[in-house]
Amino acid sequence: MGERGILIEFQPEISEKLLEKLLFYKNKLEEFYTEVNVEVINTYNSLLISYMFSIENLYDEILTVKKLFDEAKIGKINNQQVFHLPVCYDEEFGWDLELIAEEKELSKEEIIKLHTAPFYTVYFTGFLPGFLYLGGLDKKLQISRKNQPRMKIEKGAVGIGENQTGIYPKSSPGGWQILGNCPVQLFDKNNDPPCGISAGDKVKFYSVSKAEFEEISAQVSEGKFQLKKENYAR
Amino acid sequence: MHAEVEVIHPGLFSTIQDFGRRGFQKYGVPLSGVMDRIALKTANLILQNQADAAVMEITQMGPKLKFSAATKIAISGAYLSPKLNDREIENNEVVKINKDDVLSFGKPELGMRAYLAILDGFKTEKVLGSRSWYEDITQHSKLEKGIKLLYEASEEEKYETHAALKFDNTYLNSEEIEVFPGPEYEKLHETLKSHLRQSKFSIDKNNNRMAIQLSEILENVLDPIITGPVLPGTVQLTPGGKLIVLMRDCQTTGGYPRVLQLSEKGINMMAQKRAGDKIRFLFKF
Repeated sequence: MGERGILIEFQPEISEKLLEKLLFYKNKLEEFYTEVNVEVINTYNSLLISYMFSIENLYDEILTVKKLFDEAKIGKINNQQVFHLPVCYDEEFGWDLELIAEEKELSKEEIIKLHTAPFYTVYFTGFLPGFLYLGGLDKKLQISRKNQPRMKIEKGAVGIGENQTGIYPKSSPGGWQILGNCPVQLFDKNNDPPCGISAGDKVKFYSVSKAEFEEISAQVSEGKFQLKKENYAR
Repeated sequence: MHAEVEVIHPGLFSTIQDFGRRGFQKYGVPLSGVMDRIALKTANLILQNQADAAVMEITQMGPKLKFSAATKIAISGAYLSPKLNDREIENNEVVKINKDDVLSFGKPELGMRAYLAILDGFKTEKVLGSRSWYEDITQHSKLEKGIKLLYEASEEEKYETHAALKFDNTYLNSEEIEVFPGPEYEKLHETLKSHLRQSKFSIDKNNNRMAIQLSEILENVLDPIITGPVLPGTVQLTPGGKLIVLMRDCQTTGGYPRVLQLSEKGINMMAQKRAGDKIRFLFKF
Protein backbone atom coordinates (compact mmCIF):
# COMPACT_ATOMS: atom_id res chain seq x y z
CA MET A 1 0.00 0.00 0.00
CA GLY A 2 1.98 2.95 -1.31
CA GLU A 3 5.48 3.62 -0.04
CA ARG A 4 4.76 3.03 3.62
CA GLY A 5 2.94 -0.26 3.85
CA ILE A 6 3.11 -3.88 2.76
CA LEU A 7 -0.32 -5.51 2.82
CA ILE A 8 -0.57 -9.29 3.01
CA GLU A 9 -4.05 -10.59 2.29
CA PHE A 10 -5.46 -14.04 2.91
CA GLN A 11 -8.77 -15.52 1.72
CA PRO A 12 -11.73 -13.25 2.55
CA GLU A 13 -13.21 -15.04 5.54
CA ILE A 14 -13.77 -14.51 9.24
CA SER A 15 -12.61 -17.56 11.15
CA GLU A 16 -10.61 -18.42 14.23
CA LYS A 17 -8.43 -20.73 12.19
CA LEU A 18 -7.37 -17.88 9.92
CA LEU A 19 -6.91 -15.57 12.91
CA GLU A 20 -4.56 -18.10 14.47
CA LYS A 21 -2.52 -18.23 11.28
CA LEU A 22 -2.42 -14.43 11.03
CA LEU A 23 -1.31 -14.00 14.63
CA PHE A 24 1.39 -16.57 14.16
CA TYR A 25 2.83 -14.72 11.16
CA LYS A 26 2.34 -11.43 12.99
CA ASN A 27 4.50 -12.74 15.85
CA LYS A 28 7.16 -13.81 13.39
CA LEU A 29 7.17 -10.37 11.77
CA GLU A 30 7.26 -8.61 15.14
CA GLU A 31 10.23 -10.70 16.22
CA PHE A 32 11.99 -9.65 13.04
CA TYR A 33 11.08 -5.96 13.04
CA THR A 34 12.23 -4.93 16.47
CA GLU A 35 12.86 -1.33 15.49
CA VAL A 36 10.22 1.14 16.56
CA ASN A 37 9.53 2.55 13.10
CA VAL A 38 7.77 -0.56 11.86
CA GLU A 39 4.44 -1.82 13.15
CA VAL A 40 2.46 -4.92 12.21
CA ILE A 41 -1.32 -4.90 12.52
CA ASN A 42 -3.87 -7.57 11.71
CA THR A 43 -7.54 -7.47 10.75
CA TYR A 44 -9.83 -10.44 9.91
CA ASN A 45 -7.87 -11.58 6.85
CA SER A 46 -4.98 -9.15 6.43
CA LEU A 47 -1.63 -8.25 7.88
CA LEU A 48 -0.28 -4.76 7.32
CA ILE A 49 3.39 -3.99 7.85
CA SER A 50 3.22 -0.26 8.45
CA TYR A 51 6.36 1.87 8.15
CA MET A 52 6.75 5.27 9.73
CA PHE A 53 8.69 6.50 6.68
CA SER A 54 8.94 5.45 3.06
CA ILE A 55 10.35 1.98 2.41
CA GLU A 56 13.80 2.37 0.90
CA ASN A 57 13.99 -0.75 -1.21
CA LEU A 58 10.54 -2.25 -1.68
CA TYR A 59 11.67 -5.35 -3.58
CA ASP A 60 14.26 -6.32 -0.97
CA GLU A 61 11.69 -5.75 1.72
CA ILE A 62 9.11 -7.99 0.04
CA LEU A 63 11.72 -10.72 -0.46
CA THR A 64 12.60 -10.54 3.23
CA VAL A 65 8.94 -10.91 4.22
CA LYS A 66 8.44 -13.82 1.80
CA LYS A 67 11.44 -15.58 3.25
CA LEU A 68 10.10 -15.14 6.79
CA PHE A 69 6.78 -16.63 5.73
CA ASP A 70 8.39 -19.59 3.96
CA GLU A 71 10.52 -20.45 6.94
CA ALA A 72 7.69 -20.15 9.45
CA LYS A 73 5.92 -23.30 10.56
CA ILE A 74 2.47 -22.64 11.95
CA GLY A 75 2.34 -23.28 15.67
CA LYS A 76 -0.08 -22.49 18.44
CA ILE A 77 -0.60 -19.02 19.81
CA ASN A 78 0.26 -18.95 23.47
CA ASN A 79 -1.05 -16.92 26.36
CA GLN A 80 -4.64 -16.59 25.23
CA GLN A 81 -6.62 -15.02 28.02
CA VAL A 82 -10.29 -14.69 28.86
CA PHE A 83 -11.43 -11.30 30.12
CA HIS A 84 -14.69 -11.20 32.07
CA LEU A 85 -16.44 -7.91 31.47
CA PRO A 86 -19.43 -6.68 33.48
CA VAL A 87 -22.41 -5.35 31.52
CA CYS A 88 -25.47 -3.64 33.00
CA TYR A 89 -28.48 -4.49 30.83
CA ASP A 90 -30.73 -2.11 32.82
CA GLU A 91 -33.26 -0.19 30.70
CA GLU A 92 -31.33 3.01 31.40
CA PHE A 93 -28.52 1.68 29.17
CA GLY A 94 -30.27 -0.94 27.04
CA TRP A 95 -31.81 1.57 24.64
CA ASP A 96 -32.74 -1.04 22.04
CA LEU A 97 -33.52 -4.05 24.24
CA GLU A 98 -37.23 -3.70 23.64
CA LEU A 99 -36.84 -3.35 19.89
CA ILE A 100 -34.58 -6.43 19.75
CA ALA A 101 -37.01 -8.37 21.97
CA GLU A 102 -39.85 -7.55 19.63
CA GLU A 103 -38.02 -8.23 16.38
CA LYS A 104 -36.35 -11.42 17.55
CA GLU A 105 -39.33 -12.62 19.63
CA LEU A 106 -37.20 -13.05 22.73
CA SER A 107 -37.67 -11.93 26.33
CA LYS A 108 -35.10 -9.52 27.81
CA GLU A 109 -33.85 -12.34 30.02
CA GLU A 110 -33.32 -14.55 26.98
CA ILE A 111 -31.40 -11.78 25.20
CA ILE A 112 -29.11 -11.34 28.21
CA LYS A 113 -28.59 -15.09 28.46
CA LEU A 114 -27.73 -15.38 24.77
CA HIS A 115 -25.39 -12.39 24.92
CA THR A 116 -23.49 -13.48 28.05
CA ALA A 117 -23.06 -17.16 27.06
CA PRO A 118 -20.33 -17.10 24.37
CA PHE A 119 -16.59 -16.73 24.70
CA TYR A 120 -16.20 -13.98 22.09
CA THR A 121 -13.00 -13.95 20.08
CA VAL A 122 -11.07 -10.68 19.83
CA TYR A 123 -10.06 -10.42 16.16
CA PHE A 124 -8.39 -7.02 16.26
CA THR A 125 -8.72 -3.44 17.53
CA GLY A 126 -9.74 -0.66 15.14
CA PHE A 127 -12.31 2.06 14.39
CA LEU A 128 -11.66 3.89 17.70
CA PRO A 129 -8.82 3.58 20.22
CA GLY A 130 -9.67 0.42 22.21
CA PHE A 131 -12.59 -0.72 20.04
CA LEU A 132 -12.47 -4.53 19.91
CA TYR A 133 -13.83 -6.41 16.91
CA LEU A 134 -15.52 -9.41 18.57
CA GLY A 135 -16.68 -12.53 16.75
CA GLY A 136 -19.01 -15.27 17.97
CA LEU A 137 -22.38 -13.56 18.41
CA ASP A 138 -25.28 -16.04 18.69
CA LYS A 139 -27.22 -16.23 15.40
CA LYS A 140 -30.46 -15.63 17.31
CA LEU A 141 -29.19 -12.15 18.20
CA GLN A 142 -28.05 -11.10 14.72
CA ILE A 143 -29.90 -7.94 13.78
CA SER A 144 -29.36 -5.21 11.20
CA ARG A 145 -27.85 -1.87 12.15
CA LYS A 146 -29.99 1.21 12.61
CA ASN A 147 -30.98 2.83 9.31
CA GLN A 148 -30.14 6.20 10.76
CA PRO A 149 -27.02 6.05 12.98
CA ARG A 150 -27.31 7.80 16.33
CA MET A 151 -25.36 11.04 16.63
CA LYS A 152 -24.11 10.08 20.06
CA ILE A 153 -23.65 6.74 21.74
CA GLU A 154 -22.47 6.76 25.36
CA LYS A 155 -19.01 5.65 26.40
CA GLY A 156 -19.13 1.99 27.44
CA ALA A 157 -22.27 1.23 25.41
CA VAL A 158 -22.49 -2.43 24.40
CA GLY A 159 -24.07 -3.00 21.03
CA ILE A 160 -24.82 -5.56 18.35
CA GLY A 161 -24.95 -5.18 14.58
CA GLU A 162 -25.10 -7.96 11.97
CA ASN A 163 -22.85 -10.75 13.28
CA GLN A 164 -20.77 -8.53 15.54
CA THR A 165 -20.92 -7.26 19.08
CA GLY A 166 -18.72 -4.70 20.77
CA ILE A 167 -18.20 -1.95 23.30
CA TYR A 168 -17.84 1.74 22.42
CA PRO A 169 -14.65 2.79 24.28
CA LYS A 170 -15.66 6.46 24.07
CA SER A 171 -18.78 8.33 23.11
CA SER A 172 -19.14 8.49 19.36
CA PRO A 173 -21.73 8.40 16.58
CA GLY A 174 -22.77 4.83 15.78
CA GLY A 175 -25.32 2.57 14.14
CA TRP A 176 -25.41 -0.49 16.38
CA GLN A 177 -28.38 -1.62 18.47
CA ILE A 178 -27.56 -0.91 22.11
CA LEU A 179 -28.07 -3.59 24.80
CA GLY A 180 -26.34 -2.22 27.86
CA ASN A 181 -23.24 -0.56 29.25
CA CYS A 182 -19.86 -1.84 30.39
CA PRO A 183 -18.29 0.36 33.12
CA VAL A 184 -14.74 -0.90 32.56
CA GLN A 185 -12.28 1.45 30.89
CA LEU A 186 -10.93 -0.48 27.90
CA PHE A 187 -8.42 2.11 26.74
CA ASP A 188 -6.20 4.14 29.05
CA LYS A 189 -3.64 6.37 27.39
CA ASN A 190 -1.63 6.48 30.62
CA ASN A 191 -1.08 2.72 30.62
CA ASP A 192 1.49 0.81 28.64
CA PRO A 193 0.03 -0.95 26.75
CA PRO A 194 -3.02 1.35 26.67
CA CYS A 195 -5.34 -1.61 26.12
CA GLY A 196 -4.76 -4.90 27.93
CA ILE A 197 -6.95 -7.00 25.65
CA SER A 198 -5.43 -7.99 22.32
CA ALA A 199 -6.12 -9.99 19.18
CA GLY A 200 -6.59 -13.69 19.93
CA ASP A 201 -7.90 -13.14 23.46
CA LYS A 202 -11.45 -14.03 24.54
CA VAL A 203 -14.10 -11.82 26.09
CA LYS A 204 -17.03 -13.06 28.17
CA PHE A 205 -19.75 -10.74 29.44
CA TYR A 206 -21.55 -11.12 32.76
CA SER A 207 -24.70 -9.31 33.78
CA VAL A 208 -24.60 -6.85 36.69
CA SER A 209 -27.38 -4.88 38.39
CA LYS A 210 -27.61 -1.09 38.35
CA ALA A 211 -26.22 -0.98 41.91
CA GLU A 212 -23.27 -3.19 41.00
CA PHE A 213 -22.69 -1.04 37.90
CA GLU A 214 -22.45 2.09 40.07
CA GLU A 215 -20.07 0.34 42.45
CA ILE A 216 -17.79 -0.85 39.64
CA SER A 217 -17.87 2.62 38.01
CA ALA A 218 -16.70 4.15 41.29
CA GLN A 219 -13.90 1.57 41.61
CA VAL A 220 -12.86 2.21 38.00
CA SER A 221 -12.61 5.97 38.51
CA GLU A 222 -10.52 5.40 41.66
CA GLY A 223 -8.31 3.02 39.71
CA LYS A 224 -9.18 0.16 42.07
CA PHE A 225 -11.20 -2.10 39.79
CA GLN A 226 -9.58 -5.45 39.09
CA LEU A 227 -10.60 -6.96 35.76
CA LYS A 228 -11.26 -10.70 36.06
CA LYS A 229 -9.05 -12.61 33.70
CA GLU A 230 -7.76 -16.16 33.40
CA ASN A 231 -5.90 -18.31 30.91
CA TYR A 232 -8.15 -19.66 28.22
CA ALA A 233 -8.44 -23.43 28.36
CA ARG A 234 -9.69 -24.93 25.15
CA MET B 1 14.20 28.93 30.83
CA HIS B 2 10.56 27.98 30.41
CA ALA B 3 8.55 30.30 28.25
CA GLU B 4 5.04 30.29 26.85
CA VAL B 5 3.17 31.16 23.72
CA GLU B 6 -0.20 32.52 24.77
CA VAL B 7 -3.18 32.12 22.46
CA ILE B 8 -4.84 35.56 22.19
CA HIS B 9 -7.16 34.44 19.42
CA PRO B 10 -7.38 30.82 18.19
CA GLY B 11 -8.12 31.45 14.49
CA LEU B 12 -9.96 28.79 12.51
CA PHE B 13 -8.25 25.53 13.43
CA SER B 14 -4.74 24.96 14.67
CA THR B 15 -3.05 22.06 16.45
CA ILE B 16 0.38 21.02 17.69
CA GLN B 17 1.87 18.21 15.60
CA ASP B 18 5.07 16.24 15.08
CA PHE B 19 5.63 13.11 12.96
CA GLY B 20 2.85 11.33 14.84
CA ARG B 21 2.31 8.25 17.02
CA ARG B 22 4.12 5.10 16.07
CA GLY B 23 3.41 1.69 17.53
CA PHE B 24 -0.21 2.18 18.62
CA GLN B 25 -2.18 1.39 15.45
CA LYS B 26 -2.83 -2.08 16.85
CA TYR B 27 -4.79 -0.43 19.67
CA GLY B 28 -6.85 1.56 17.17
CA VAL B 29 -4.95 4.82 17.74
CA PRO B 30 -4.55 6.97 14.60
CA LEU B 31 -1.02 7.80 13.44
CA SER B 32 -1.74 11.57 13.42
CA GLY B 33 1.17 13.95 12.83
CA VAL B 34 1.57 16.89 10.46
CA MET B 35 -0.57 16.77 7.32
CA ASP B 36 2.33 18.15 5.23
CA ARG B 37 5.67 16.62 6.19
CA ILE B 38 7.57 18.65 3.60
CA ALA B 39 6.63 21.90 5.36
CA LEU B 40 7.43 20.49 8.82
CA LYS B 41 10.89 19.43 7.69
CA THR B 42 11.49 22.77 5.96
CA ALA B 43 10.49 24.87 8.97
CA ASN B 44 12.57 22.76 11.37
CA LEU B 45 15.54 22.75 9.01
CA ILE B 46 15.54 26.55 8.82
CA LEU B 47 15.84 26.71 12.63
CA GLN B 48 18.30 23.76 12.71
CA ASN B 49 15.82 21.93 14.92
CA GLN B 50 15.52 18.17 15.09
CA ALA B 51 13.48 17.07 12.08
CA ASP B 52 10.52 15.98 14.21
CA ALA B 53 10.42 18.90 16.68
CA ALA B 54 6.76 19.75 17.38
CA VAL B 55 5.29 22.58 15.31
CA MET B 56 1.95 24.36 15.10
CA GLU B 57 -0.20 23.35 12.14
CA ILE B 58 -2.31 26.33 11.09
CA THR B 59 -5.34 25.96 8.83
CA GLN B 60 -6.32 28.93 6.63
CA MET B 61 -7.22 31.62 9.18
CA GLY B 62 -4.29 31.82 11.55
CA PRO B 63 -4.27 32.53 15.30
CA LYS B 64 -2.93 35.52 17.21
CA LEU B 65 -0.09 34.50 19.51
CA LYS B 66 1.99 36.28 22.15
CA PHE B 67 5.48 35.13 23.14
CA SER B 68 6.61 35.45 26.79
CA ALA B 69 10.33 35.43 25.99
CA ALA B 70 12.87 35.73 23.19
CA THR B 71 13.25 32.92 20.67
CA LYS B 72 13.31 32.32 16.90
CA ILE B 73 10.57 31.05 14.65
CA ALA B 74 10.12 29.99 11.03
CA ILE B 75 6.93 29.50 9.02
CA SER B 76 6.63 27.08 6.09
CA GLY B 77 3.92 25.57 3.91
CA ALA B 78 0.92 27.73 3.06
CA TYR B 79 1.38 31.51 2.84
CA LEU B 80 -1.20 32.98 5.24
CA SER B 81 0.16 36.57 5.33
CA PRO B 82 1.97 36.38 8.69
CA LYS B 83 2.75 39.56 10.65
CA LEU B 84 5.01 40.13 13.64
CA ASN B 85 3.52 43.02 15.59
CA ASP B 86 2.80 45.36 12.65
CA ARG B 87 5.50 44.13 10.31
CA GLU B 88 4.84 41.71 7.49
CA ILE B 89 7.15 38.68 7.56
CA GLU B 90 8.06 36.06 4.99
CA ASN B 91 7.72 32.30 4.97
CA ASN B 92 10.83 30.13 5.04
CA GLU B 93 13.14 32.44 6.94
CA VAL B 94 14.37 32.81 10.50
CA VAL B 95 12.36 35.42 12.40
CA LYS B 96 13.73 36.74 15.70
CA ILE B 97 11.18 37.08 18.48
CA ASN B 98 11.47 39.40 21.47
CA LYS B 99 9.54 39.25 24.73
CA ASP B 100 5.87 40.25 24.28
CA ASP B 101 5.99 40.11 20.48
CA VAL B 102 2.66 39.25 18.84
CA LEU B 103 2.38 37.02 15.79
CA SER B 104 -0.78 37.19 13.70
CA PHE B 105 -1.97 36.12 10.29
CA GLY B 106 -3.99 37.74 7.52
CA LYS B 107 -5.34 36.68 4.18
CA PRO B 108 -4.71 33.06 3.14
CA GLU B 109 -2.89 33.60 -0.16
CA LEU B 110 -1.46 30.23 -1.13
CA GLY B 111 -2.05 26.66 0.10
CA MET B 112 -4.14 25.31 2.98
CA ARG B 113 -1.87 24.72 5.98
CA ALA B 114 1.05 26.72 7.38
CA TYR B 115 3.59 25.38 9.87
CA LEU B 116 5.01 27.46 12.68
CA ALA B 117 8.26 26.06 14.03
CA ILE B 118 9.94 27.45 17.13
CA LEU B 119 13.55 27.03 18.27
CA ASP B 120 13.85 23.51 19.81
CA GLY B 121 10.15 22.81 19.19
CA PHE B 122 7.01 23.24 21.28
CA LYS B 123 7.31 21.38 24.59
CA THR B 124 3.66 20.45 25.05
CA GLU B 125 2.73 17.10 26.64
CA LYS B 126 3.92 13.88 25.02
CA VAL B 127 1.29 11.11 25.06
CA LEU B 128 1.98 7.61 23.68
CA GLY B 129 5.27 8.84 22.27
CA SER B 130 4.05 11.92 20.41
CA ARG B 131 3.03 15.53 20.98
CA SER B 132 0.47 15.41 18.16
CA TRP B 133 -2.94 16.61 19.32
CA TYR B 134 -5.83 14.19 18.99
CA GLU B 135 -9.17 14.22 20.78
CA ASP B 136 -9.20 12.16 24.00
CA ILE B 137 -5.53 11.28 23.62
CA THR B 138 -4.04 14.69 24.36
CA GLN B 139 -5.47 17.31 26.72
CA HIS B 140 -6.28 19.66 23.84
CA SER B 141 -7.55 18.81 20.38
CA LYS B 142 -7.43 22.32 18.89
CA LEU B 143 -6.10 25.74 19.76
CA GLU B 144 -8.38 27.72 22.08
CA LYS B 145 -8.18 31.17 23.57
CA GLY B 146 -6.02 31.32 26.70
CA ILE B 147 -4.11 28.08 26.10
CA LYS B 148 -0.41 28.47 26.91
CA LEU B 149 2.11 26.46 24.91
CA LEU B 150 5.50 25.75 26.45
CA TYR B 151 8.83 26.36 24.77
CA GLU B 152 12.41 26.95 25.87
CA ALA B 153 13.48 30.58 25.67
CA SER B 154 16.82 31.30 24.09
CA GLU B 155 18.55 34.65 24.40
CA GLU B 156 22.00 33.82 23.14
CA GLU B 157 22.98 33.47 19.52
CA LYS B 158 23.47 29.76 19.14
CA TYR B 159 24.80 30.08 15.65
CA GLU B 160 24.78 32.36 12.70
CA THR B 161 24.13 30.90 9.29
CA HIS B 162 25.03 32.66 6.12
CA ALA B 163 24.16 29.92 3.69
CA ALA B 164 21.03 30.83 1.78
CA LEU B 165 18.50 28.06 1.56
CA LYS B 166 16.21 27.83 -1.42
CA PHE B 167 12.92 26.03 -1.13
CA ASP B 168 10.83 24.62 -3.90
CA ASN B 169 7.26 25.65 -3.19
CA THR B 170 5.73 24.51 -6.46
CA TYR B 171 4.12 21.51 -4.71
CA LEU B 172 1.70 23.95 -3.05
CA ASN B 173 -0.26 24.56 -6.23
CA SER B 174 0.52 21.57 -8.37
CA GLU B 175 -2.56 19.69 -9.55
CA GLU B 176 -0.84 16.35 -9.93
CA ILE B 177 -1.14 13.96 -7.01
CA GLU B 178 1.07 10.85 -7.13
CA VAL B 179 -0.77 7.59 -6.53
CA PHE B 180 -0.32 3.84 -6.63
CA PRO B 181 -3.14 1.42 -7.39
CA GLY B 182 -4.82 0.39 -4.11
CA PRO B 183 -5.57 -3.19 -2.97
CA GLU B 184 -9.03 -3.20 -4.66
CA TYR B 185 -8.01 -1.23 -7.79
CA GLU B 186 -7.95 -4.30 -10.03
CA LYS B 187 -11.59 -5.06 -9.20
CA LEU B 188 -12.73 -1.82 -10.85
CA HIS B 189 -14.27 -1.71 -14.33
CA GLU B 190 -11.97 -0.57 -17.13
CA THR B 191 -14.07 2.56 -17.68
CA LEU B 192 -13.74 3.56 -14.04
CA LYS B 193 -10.00 2.86 -14.12
CA SER B 194 -9.46 5.14 -17.09
CA HIS B 195 -11.73 7.73 -15.44
CA LEU B 196 -9.43 7.69 -12.41
CA ARG B 197 -6.39 7.96 -14.66
CA GLN B 198 -7.63 10.79 -16.84
CA SER B 199 -10.24 12.97 -15.15
CA LYS B 200 -9.86 15.93 -12.90
CA PHE B 201 -11.43 15.79 -9.46
CA SER B 202 -12.37 18.62 -7.13
CA ILE B 203 -11.80 18.97 -3.41
CA ASP B 204 -15.08 18.95 -1.49
CA LYS B 205 -15.78 21.37 1.36
CA ASN B 206 -16.01 18.27 3.53
CA ASN B 207 -12.34 17.98 4.38
CA ASN B 208 -10.35 17.82 7.59
CA ARG B 209 -7.40 16.05 9.23
CA MET B 210 -9.20 12.70 9.04
CA ALA B 211 -10.22 12.71 5.40
CA ILE B 212 -10.67 14.82 2.28
CA GLN B 213 -13.72 14.07 0.14
CA LEU B 214 -13.78 14.61 -3.59
CA SER B 215 -16.96 16.11 -5.03
CA GLU B 216 -17.51 13.92 -8.10
CA ILE B 217 -19.88 10.96 -7.91
CA LEU B 218 -18.63 7.79 -9.61
CA GLU B 219 -20.58 4.74 -10.55
CA ASN B 220 -19.62 2.18 -7.95
CA VAL B 221 -20.52 -1.47 -8.29
CA LEU B 222 -17.94 -2.78 -5.82
CA ASP B 223 -19.21 -4.42 -2.66
CA PRO B 224 -17.82 -3.39 0.71
CA ILE B 225 -14.81 -5.44 1.78
CA ILE B 226 -14.29 -7.33 5.03
CA THR B 227 -12.98 -4.61 7.37
CA GLY B 228 -9.27 -4.27 6.58
CA PRO B 229 -6.28 -2.01 7.29
CA VAL B 230 -6.14 1.54 5.94
CA LEU B 231 -3.39 4.16 6.08
CA PRO B 232 -3.09 7.90 5.54
CA GLY B 233 -3.28 8.31 1.77
CA THR B 234 -5.67 5.41 1.20
CA VAL B 235 -8.44 6.45 -1.22
CA GLN B 236 -11.74 4.73 -0.48
CA LEU B 237 -14.72 4.42 -2.80
CA THR B 238 -17.98 4.64 -0.85
CA PRO B 239 -21.18 2.75 -1.77
CA GLY B 240 -22.56 6.15 -2.84
CA GLY B 241 -19.71 6.54 -5.36
CA LYS B 242 -17.65 9.19 -3.57
CA LEU B 243 -13.88 9.09 -3.32
CA ILE B 244 -12.54 9.72 0.17
CA VAL B 245 -8.83 10.41 0.61
CA LEU B 246 -7.86 9.36 4.12
CA MET B 247 -5.46 11.74 5.83
CA ARG B 248 -3.20 11.67 8.92
CA ASP B 249 -5.90 11.35 11.61
CA CYS B 250 -7.74 8.52 9.83
CA GLN B 251 -9.01 5.42 11.59
CA THR B 252 -6.80 2.36 11.43
CA THR B 253 -9.29 0.06 9.68
CA GLY B 254 -12.11 0.48 7.17
CA GLY B 255 -14.67 -1.43 5.16
CA TYR B 256 -14.83 0.49 1.87
CA PRO B 257 -12.84 -0.68 -1.17
CA ARG B 258 -9.36 0.90 -1.23
CA VAL B 259 -8.95 1.89 -4.86
CA LEU B 260 -5.85 4.11 -4.69
CA GLN B 261 -2.97 4.84 -2.36
CA LEU B 262 -1.29 8.26 -2.42
CA SER B 263 2.49 8.44 -2.28
CA GLU B 264 4.04 10.31 0.66
CA LYS B 265 4.55 13.32 -1.60
CA GLY B 266 0.93 12.95 -2.76
CA ILE B 267 -0.33 13.13 0.84
CA ASN B 268 1.77 16.24 1.51
CA MET B 269 0.40 17.90 -1.62
CA MET B 270 -3.17 16.88 -0.82
CA ALA B 271 -2.74 18.50 2.62
CA GLN B 272 -2.31 21.86 0.87
CA LYS B 273 -5.49 21.69 -1.24
CA ARG B 274 -8.49 23.88 -0.50
CA ALA B 275 -12.18 23.27 -1.17
CA GLY B 276 -12.82 23.77 -4.90
CA ASP B 277 -9.22 23.08 -5.97
CA LYS B 278 -8.79 20.61 -8.84
CA ILE B 279 -6.51 17.58 -8.79
CA ARG B 280 -5.45 14.84 -11.17
CA PHE B 281 -4.08 11.46 -10.18
CA LEU B 282 -0.61 10.76 -11.52
CA PHE B 283 -0.16 6.98 -11.53
CA LYS B 284 3.29 5.76 -10.54
CA PHE B 285 2.57 2.26 -11.89
